[in-house]
Amino acid sequence: MIFHIRSRTGIPPYLQIVQQVKQDIRLGLLKEGDKLPAVREVVTMVAINPNTVVKAYRELENQGCIEKRLGVGTFVTKQPAGLSPDIQSALLDKLEGWLAETQAAGLDEEAVEALFHTAQRNQRGDQHGTDSKR
Amino acid sequence: MEQTVKGKVSEAVQTNGLGKRYGSFWALKDCTISVPRGSVTALVGPNGAGKTSLLKLLVGLNSPSAGDVVVLGQSPSQSTSYLSSIGYLAQEIPLYSQFTAADHFAIGKHMDVNWDNELAVKRLQELRIPLDRKVGKLSGGQRAQVGLAMALAKRPQLLLLDEPVAALDPLARMDFLTSLAQAVTDADGELTVVMSSHLLADLERVCDRVIILAAGETQLCENIEHTLETHKLLVGPKGQQPNNDGYRVIKETHSPTATHLLVRLEQPKHNLPGWHIRNVDIEEIVLAYMGQNKNESITKGDVR
Repeated sequence: MIFHIRSRTGIPPYLQIVQQVKQDIRLGLLKEGDKLPAVREVVTMVAINPNTVVKAYRELENQGCIEKRLGVGTFVTKQPAGLSPDIQSALLDKLEGWLAETQAAGLDEEAVEALFHTAQRNQRGDQHGTDSKR
Repeated sequence: MEQTVKGKVSEAVQTNGLGKRYGSFWALKDCTISVPRGSVTALVGPNGAGKTSLLKLLVGLNSPSAGDVVVLGQSPSQSTSYLSSIGYLAQEIPLYSQFTAADHFAIGKHMDVNWDNELAVKRLQELRIPLDRKVGKLSGGQRAQVGLAMALAKRPQLLLLDEPVAALDPLARMDFLTSLAQAVTDADGELTVVMSSHLLADLERVCDRVIILAAGETQLCENIEHTLETHKLLVGPKGQQPNNDGYRVIKETHSPTATHLLVRLEQPKHNLPGWHIRNVDIEEIVLAYMGQNKNESITKGDVR
């Protein structure tokens, strides 16, 4: 697996590693039993602080995504079934339909992204609201 | 205050109200920092903020005009016992241009009790840097690597680097930072690094802590992840302030339609309805602290 750490995102590098591993697992690019690169390999790959890699791996371990086997390495664990392919494809259909609508309305990619992020924020905002009322 | 880990002081560097004055000019003022063992700290700030003065105080090349400094449990001095545990790479990378890397290593071998020649040679061989070429004929990136190899061959507990990558092209800079990160990995918690630099985006990944010096004073000294988690850009309606007091404004900008506040939140978790919260990178945060300082010193005549 090859990591990409982007500067200037404001997202801590350890979180970028966590997100990339989880994303690759979700997309099926990483499967059960696949070995993750050793800390020193990641350090050499992206000029990163070793503690950052250790922290990212620990976080992934806590979340049950990977497991350490002493003296052997770090491996992807058996993943929970997660999203069923049916639901995933249904959601994807809807999103593609919505994207077609935005195209028909003449929106460019940036405008679509802005809409999407606003919707996400609204969703999160609503959740905050209900939390504080409880 | 000082805890011990494995019988050692847990902080590699601890200063309290440290200051350095040249005549009537304070190059560094009221500097209070702590650097945990095994950490890699970025020392940032504008030119003249006192970064080099601070590093020289830590090496023992300067003596303090005010305050206290403890490095690896002792006062910095020019004694052999102290200097053998400190690796220092000055801004100009002091190497003899007529000497080869091998010549430099031979000098190091004579001068340092802990000198690890094998390590130094191996480092340069891995980077395919010729040991038998005059250092003056090497590229800037290669010279920096020779300097780093020499500083590391002493097997120091504390490595102090003054603007090590400033003069390097992006590729050489990445190579240098990779070498540094590898050295930190191999030292397995036994090497502490403090590195001054202007190139903040590069430091974000190699360093785990940041010290911001501005106008000769310490603005921030903490874990970088914590810095990123607590500093956010709030974008909201023009002329308004969020209805919440769990934050401190570092920088305020107004456009005709919106208010932009770069804030430090007291808690990483926040609830600021009506305001868009955006992540900011370490560079924006550092610039905000520098700007804040400048404005306040103009309006209040006081940098605090």
